[in-house]
Parts: sequence; structure tokens; C-alpha cells
Amino acid sequence: MSNSAPPVINFGLRRLIAAFSWLRLSVGHEAQTANATMNRRTPKRESEFVVAYLFNTPESQADMLRTIGVGSVEELFDQVPRELRLARPLQLPPPLSEIELESHLRYIVRQSAGASGQVSFLGGGIYDHFIPAAVDAIAGRSEFYTSYTPYQAEASQGSLQTFFEYQTLICQLTGMDVSNASLYEGATAMVEAVLMAMRVTGRRGKVIVLGSVHPEYRETLATYLRHFDTEIVTVPTPQGTADPGDVTRLIDDRTAAVIVQHPNFFGCLESPREIFAAAKQRGALSISVFDPISLGILERPADHGADIAVAEGQSLGIPLQYGGPYLGIFACRQEYLRQMPGRLIGETVDREGRRCFVLTLGTREQHIRRDKATSNICTNQGLLAVRATVYLSLLGPRGLREVAELCCQKAHYAAEQLTANTGLKLAFDRPFFKEFVLRCPDDATAITQRVRSAGDIGPAFNRFSTLAGEFGAIANNLLLVAVTESRTKSQIDCLAKTIRSECSSATKK
Amino acid sequence: MAPGHLKYAKTHEWLSLAGDVGTIGISDFAVKELTDLVYMGLPNVGKKLSAGDVFGEIESVKAVSDLYAPVSGEVIEVNSNIPNDLDLLSKDAFGKGWLIKMRLSNPAEATTLLDAAAYEQQCAAGH
Amino acid sequence: MLIRDEEMTFMRNRQAANLLFELSQPGRRAAAYPLCDVPTRPLSELLPSNQLASQSPDLPELTEPDVIRHFTNLSTLNMSVDTHFYPLGSCTMKYNPKRHERLASLPGLVDLHPYQTEDAQQGMLAILFELQQMLGEIAGLPAVSLQPAAGAHGEMTALLTAAAYFHDRGEKRTKVLFPQSAHGTNPASAAIAGFDCVQLKGQADGFVDLEELKANLDDKTAVFMITNPNTLGLFERDIAKISHLLHDVGGLVYIDGANMNAILGITRPGDFGGDMMHYNVHKTFTGPHGSGGPGAGPIAVRDFLADYLPGPIVTRTSSEGTNRFQLTTPAKSIGRVRSHFGNVGILLRGYLYLRTLGAAGLKAVSEQAVLNANYLRAKLEDVLPVPHGERCMHEFVASAQQSKTEKGITALDIAKRLLDYGYYAPTVYFPLVVPEALMVEPTETESQQTLDDFADTIRTILNESPEFLHSAPHATPVSRPDEVKAGRQLVLRWKR
Repeated sequence: MSNSAPPVINFGLRRLIAAFSWLRLSVGHEAQTANATMNRRTPKRESEFVVAYLFNTPESQADMLRTIGVGSVEELFDQVPRELRLARPLQLPPPLSEIELESHLRYIVRQSAGASGQVSFLGGGIYDHFIPAAVDAIAGRSEFYTSYTPYQAEASQGSLQTFFEYQTLICQLTGMDVSNASLYEGATAMVEAVLMAMRVTGRRGKVIVLGSVHPEYRETLATYLRHFDTEIVTVPTPQGTADPGDVTRLIDDRTAAVIVQHPNFFGCLESPREIFAAAKQRGALSISVFDPISLGILERPADHGADIAVAEGQSLGIPLQYGGPYLGIFACRQEYLRQMPGRLIGETVDREGRRCFVLTLGTREQHIRRDKATSNICTNQGLLAVRATVYLSLLGPRGLREVAELCCQKAHYAAEQLTANTGLKLAFDRPFFKEFVLRCPDDATAITQRVRSAGDIGPAFNRFSTLAGEFGAIANNLLLVAVTESRTKSQIDCLAKTIRSECSSATKK
Repeated sequence: MAPGHLKYAKTHEWLSLAGDVGTIGISDFAVKELTDLVYMGLPNVGKKLSAGDVFGEIESVKAVSDLYAPVSGEVIEVNSNIPNDLDLLSKDAFGKGWLIKMRLSNPAEATTLLDAAAYEQQCAAGH
Repeated sequence: MLIRDEEMTFMRNRQAANLLFELSQPGRRAAAYPLCDVPTRPLSELLPSNQLASQSPDLPELTEPDVIRHFTNLSTLNMSVDTHFYPLGSCTMKYNPKRHERLASLPGLVDLHPYQTEDAQQGMLAILFELQQMLGEIAGLPAVSLQPAAGAHGEMTALLTAAAYFHDRGEKRTKVLFPQSAHGTNPASAAIAGFDCVQLKGQADGFVDLEELKANLDDKTAVFMITNPNTLGLFERDIAKISHLLHDVGGLVYIDGANMNAILGITRPGDFGGDMMHYNVHKTFTGPHGSGGPGAGPIAVRDFLADYLPGPIVTRTSSEGTNRFQLTTPAKSIGRVRSHFGNVGILLRGYLYLRTLGAAGLKAVSEQAVLNANYLRAKLEDVLPVPHGERCMHEFVASAQQSKTEKGITALDIAKRLLDYGYYAPTVYFPLVVPEALMVEPTETESQQTLDDFADTIRTILNESPEFLHSAPHATPVSRPDEVKAGRQLVLRWKR
């Protein structure tokens, strides 16, 4: 049992409230006060704002109005019926100059105890992998980050060629034939794969998903399919992986797709080869949810028979930033090309015969096929695809292999240390890549709190209602640990030591 | 010019009938309207269609159109040259550019189609 | 007149812009990782050998200077907001403040893992909570979900929310209606959300045809989706009537917020009858467009829909003057629409923008955006007439039909030639209701001088030889790519 309550952390919340005081004022009768305050400050602040981003001086504005033939800016809004106009200023916090904004934000950030500089053993699909500086240097070029979807090919060859290279690298990495130019993130990429499998197979009866697939991905799938009659069959994985025989028995001629995450949410290696072979035999499509880093040492989705390979691409040079934006990787076999969601870049020549790149196969997309489109996606994750492209070209074959090996070796060392005289055990007796599940003698969340000085571990299983339901009471004791190439032996040893001392009471029990 | 021996659907497919076997294609008017063809999706042999069913689709760079069966029946042959040589359509829409052959289940349906003059009139009106 | 000639490539480094695999040299590498500092074992002891790759991944081998020179050269082939006027209609290509880039990258924000403890998230949650409040206020719709990754994702999320609401009330509503001029995402999102799509013909003047709408409304109508201001850059004058018609049959009104830049602080979707809307943070609130994303497409809905929104939502509990923020899933939530919280990096930039502007600044944005659009419209109207409306909101749709008829100069010719003169092209051939359409959105962050020069350039172009224009652009790295070849002989990746 826990011998002390989790420490109460003082955030200086009173001061945090001060920073957000407008929020309290913006309800009920107090709103007037906020307005009054804001209006008093407005004239000075507005001019500051205008200096920052707007151009029109009163003189140029007057000149422009003359050209238009109206007397005032107000008159330009005549087409908005008067009775629909907002008769008061928006109730928003007062404007901040750059210097104020920066100190405001730095202040708020400081209130997050230990948000930064923590040693991270956190996993669950997104990881603290090292990001080479060159990735930031390229993604920070405003020719990339302030342009948009490359509609005008002649003025967008930089983005177009980069996305073509991205498609190439994803194909090389996965062994698949074609990759699109990105989707939103891992969960929606998996859902798009299921929707595509339904179109390809003409089956809508059943989708089989292993219980070891990321719970948030499975929840997203359930949301998207809630209005279909499709049955989502979840294969239980209480031992950490699925028995291929169990999965095989479930596949029938109504089944559109079988989804395997490998390595799975628990870090364990599944047996995708056997499962996918069975799916193929019964005419269902095989969807592999992979970890791009693992492909430094593990066989590729195409090698174990995947028809569609999807992934969360965050590991490829994208910062954690509290959940997004990330990168939905989507690749498949050539024969399903016309059913693919998302943008595709193709190579061609210009009128002088020079090699160049264009958006192609646009007829699949919403702007042409509308309700019959293969997906509703329009804006995708271009800049994150740029990051992944730069990351993979920096790492190359040896770099990616090294990262994968380091993760794997360090994770196994960590698993050994964290279960040596700590009272914690490996929950599953299965081969794993860079993540593993610990079974704690008592509440896992409490343990994460008590060892925070040595690093963040988790997530605990009871964080996910889906897993809590599937694992029952034991979910409270299960905890995920991820180890990337960024972790060092001394960090791992320190975590193990902290667990040993913090959990000694539990061990004695 | 729409050949006189063919029948036409309002949706620009043509039909040439020999006994109960119909050859189906699309008119060169439709091919010119679409411009820049890049892809043609055709059905498999054995597919059963009712008049008005979608039997395939044709794509240009910036547009896509469904192809409709002008009559009912079963697909007995598909022009396998078309997907790889879309130029056959622009060169010879009414000949080598044929798309599918069907065994008609109700040949009487063919009488409801337009003749060349009526079809040309429709095209002239810009539909 | 510009000369077409190899020398016109100026200082281009063509070699470095070859494909990565063409630049690759065996043995080169950019990233070297430290030796493993823990005791190691052969991989075959750790993992089943039949699951190990037989060889290293087949990726290019390059040094860091190779990679940097390659992508830096590629970047210079792009036009962008930082380098060029980018009047791409419907996309709101406004200036992206540099302070956002610095601040969104602060440690504690950029390195925050979503599974860190709630304590560690308090600052982030406070920001996101405040953003929810601000977006609710600007929309006039109080309940906000920040989860959707982009506008289309927001549309789908809102439609699923509406479906759950109707289902809960025991109503079987199957139809989503939208005008012909709607963005393609509207019908595509409705289809994914499981609705039947009904497309309404518009009136000749570009507005919704009320009679046509009435004729299609019944007890199967779930939602009417409408962009306001509409895709012609006009404020839908009958929006209040439209909303009443929908509400009278028990339906809901969805506002596509693509054009919010025109009405910030002027009027609010909730005040003109909208029940749900999405924002495009990458457009209106200047999250940069990133060569085509990431975006962020938060939605705002009426209070009676709040219980159905996807989770998680940030909520606040206050006691004794202490605020605590937590993630909550609404009672009857449709569930998640993605993993993790949302495209926070973009949401943060939107937050910083709103905190910089305040209410008056935000209203000034719309005023100046509308002023700039009307000014440019006035400067061009005699040569590029605008068929709809006397004045516009934040953008206008001009027609090159006259120049096409008189001189054979099309919208595409103008668009391509503008690139030569250092202007990105307006959106062309959309919406379809305007022949030879050029959809121009200058945004508020352009000067009168830029707009004047742009207008002068269009006049110059219209006086150039049509033949010369048909083969434009002439000064770009490539010209008129063969899209038919790209579509027929698909090459979607480099191959050995």
C-alpha cells in the first residue's frame, strides 16, 4: 500500500489566476467591468497592434476609401444586416505587446511543475526521440512554413519535390508501393485505412482489431463507425499479444479488415505474418499499424503481408507539443491506389521537358468528387511531412538502425533494472521493442507520482477508459514505460533506484 | 459527327447492336468535352447491368464522369487496350475506342435510345 | 519581355536539387549516435529472429551539408507569404508573426508529453481553456472542442455531434443540405458522417435560393451547411431567414468558418443563427499554412450540443480562489475523433494571436481585410469585372470572361503570368458559378503599395500578347507541367 499521499505541488495558482483574470470577469454581470477595463486600454494597445501587422495609415485609408467610393470603413459592412451586428466589443482579454506576451507566456509555462527538463520514459505512441537541429533549420524556413498547398506547381516545386521525396522514403521504409503525402495523425490514418478497406472489399459487416492496438486509435475508429452497422470485433489480448489462431477464427467473408499494431501499444511484438495470411485467404485487407523507428531493425509491413501500412509519424523529427500536430503516415499496395485518401504528388515534365512534380490523381479528392471522394481531408500535415523527410535523410540506413538498436537495448536494460528488487514485474512475457508494461504491487499512478524526481513514466492503464474496462481492476496496477535512444544508463539506474526506495514498503509487504 | 448506324444515350454512350450483342462506347463529343483523359475504369467480364447502371468511370485531370449502361445485360468483353492507350478514344471513339460488349437481356430497350440526328441536336444545344 | 533561356535560371543550384537518392553516396552519414552505454545482447536474443529485418532500411546516405543544401535549395523554389504577395482566395494567406514561432517553441510547451501528469499540464491546460473561451465568444457559440485537426475534420466532427444529438432525441434525420457553391469538403464530410447529401442550386446573384431551400426542407433534414461570407465573398443577406427556416423544421445550421476573417467582432455565427461552426486557425488566426498543413479546425456549438462534443475538453474547477484545470469527456460524447488533444502547436499560435490583438485589434483585422479587398476590387473592376455584388467582404471573385472573349486571355493565363511578376496566383476556376473565375483575397497584412502594384501588373498582363501568355510562366523554375502525363504514367516515388 502507498504509505504517503502524492505530494501536493504548489503551482502558485493564485498568480496563475491573475494572468487569467479576464476569464472570471467574462461571465455574468462582471462582464461590464471587463469591457470597461479593456476599453480604457484599447487606444494605446491598438496602435501597437497596428504597427505590428497592419499597414494602412489614416491617410492611406482615406485614399483607399476614396478609390472605392465610400465615406468610411463602416460603410463597407453595409451588406451585413444591422440587426445581426454585434453591438458591443468582443469580450476578450486586453491586447499584449510582444514583450508582454512573451512574459505572460513564460509565466504560465513556469506554472507547469516539471513540464520541461523532465527525464521522459513516457510512451504510448509518441516518444521523446532526439531531433537533430538540421530538422528545425529546414522546417523553420519560411518558404516552407508560410506557403500553402502547392496548387500552382510552378511556384511550389520546393514543397512538391519534398513531398515526392517523402512518398519515396515512406515506400522505401515500409516496402509498400505507394504512400500519400500525409494524413492528420496515427489514429485517423488507421481509420482512413479501415474506410479504404471497406471500399476495396465492398464489405461493411465487420472490422477486426486487436485489443493491443492503441486505445485512443480504437476509440477514434468507434467514433467514425458509430453510424454504420459495422461490427467492430476486438480480440482480447490479456497476455500482451493476440494468439493468431484466435484472430483467424474471427475472420469471415463479411470482414473488411484486420488491424494489427506491431509492435503493439504494450510494446510487444505481435505475429502479423500469420494473422495477415489468414486475412488474405478470406479476402479481408490487412492493416499494419507500425512504429517507423522500429523499422531500423524489424521487418517491414510489406514483408509480413500488410495491404495497408499506417503509422504515427511523430517519432520522425516531430516535437511532442502536447499531442499535435503530428503526422499520419499512409502507404498501401499499388492495386488500391485509386481508393487512397489524401494528396498524391507525381513526377512529370514541364513544357521544356524538365523533370518536375505536380499534385496528381486529384479526382479521388473532395474538391472534385465531393460526397463520393475517398476522404474529406483537404489541409493535411505538409510541414510535418517536411520534418519527417529531413529526419530520414539525415539518419539514413545506418542512423535509423542505430536509433532502433539503442532503443531496443536500453529498453531491455531498463526492464531488467526496473524489475530487480523493486516489487515491480513485467506484465507480459512477450518479446518487446522499446516499450514494456510493468505490473505494480499497488496503484500505478501513485508510483508515477512518487518517482517523478527520477523521470516521468507512463501512461498508466487506468488513464484509458477502454483499457480500464478490458483489464478490470488490474488496470490500476499496469504502467507503460518507453525508452528511447535519448535515455542514458545513469538515468535508467536512477529511476530504478528511486523505484526501489519509494516502493520498499510495497516490496516488504 | 455521330455515325448514323449507332444509337445514343443522353449521357453520351453509344450502342452498336448485332443480334443480342451490343458494343458500347462513348461519343467523341464527350471525349472532347472531357479533354486530357488520364484514366478509364471498366467493369469485369460477367458483370450484370441494368439500363442506367454505372458501368465505369472516366477521368480527366480535373474532372470525373460516370459511364452509364444504355441497355441491360451482362458484360461479355472489355476492350483491354483502352486503359493503357486512352488516345484510342480521342482518335477513334466510335471504332477502336469501344469500351465493352454486352449480351442484352432486353434488346427492346435499344429502341428508346436517340438516333444520330437527335443526339447531334442535343450536343449542339451544349448538353 | 522576359527571355526564355537557360540563363534565366539565375543562380540556381540544380545539382543540389537532385533527388535525395540521386545525391546519395555509399558510406555518407549525417547522424551519428553515441555508443550504447548499457550492457548489450545480440538482437537475436532480444527479438524473434524471424521478425528482424534482413538488412538495414534502404534510405539515402547523405551528410548534413548535403541535406541542408538540398532542402534549402528546394525551399527557394517556393513562393510563400514571407517572400511574396499570396492572394489565394479562400485561404487567408496573412502574415504569420514571428513571435508565435518563438513562443510556441518554449520548453514546457513544445516538449510537453500529453501523458505527463495533470500537474505538469496545468499551464498548457490554462491556455487551452482560455482559448476555448475566446473561440466561444468570437463565435457566439459557447461550447468548444479544440480536437479537430483541420477544417474538414471539424465539419465531420460537428456533423457527428449533430447526429448524436438527433439520435438522442429519437429523430431520424438523414439529409445534409448545402449550396452548389460549397467547398468540396462539405459534402465529403457529410458523407463520412453517414448523411445523404442534397446539393441546392443557387440564385443567379450567388445567394441561397430560399424557395429551393424551402422545397428541400422536411423532417429528414438534419443540417444545412453554409459558408458565410459565402464563396463569392458576399455576406449571405438572408442568413437569418435561412436559419429560421431550418430551425422551424427542427434542423441545425452549420457555418463553415473558412471566411471568418471578414467578420471578426462585426457579427457572430451564433448571432446570425448558426448552431455549429468550425474555425480554420491556420487561416483566420494565422497558424502558418506549412506547405499544406498542419491546420487546426476547432468547432464551436450551441449549449444544447455541448454534451455530445468529442472529448477531451478542458474544464476548470475553482475553489477558494484556486483554479485547477482538467481534461473531461462530455456526458454523451461522440467519443474521440483523433488521438491526443488536438493540433496544439497551431492552437497555441492562434492563442498568441488573439492575445496580441484583443477585441479592438481583432475587429481591426476584419475591417482592414475588407478594406483591402474592396480597394483591390475597385482598382481592377474595369478590366476584371466582378459579376456578383456591389461590394465585397474580405475577398472577391472576378471574371476574366471579357478578356477571354475579346483577347483570348484566360484566368489561367493571368494566374500563370502573375508568377513571373512575383505574385502568387489567386484561386482560379472556383467557384464554378463565375466563368473564368479569379478569387482574390488580399488579407489585411498587405499595403496599399502592394495592392497598387498588383493591380498595375494585372493591367500589364492584359496588354501582353495572348500567345506569350499561353506559354507563361516564363521566369519560374519550371513551366506548365504536363499534368496529363503525370496522371497517365503515374510516377509517385523514385525507384532504383
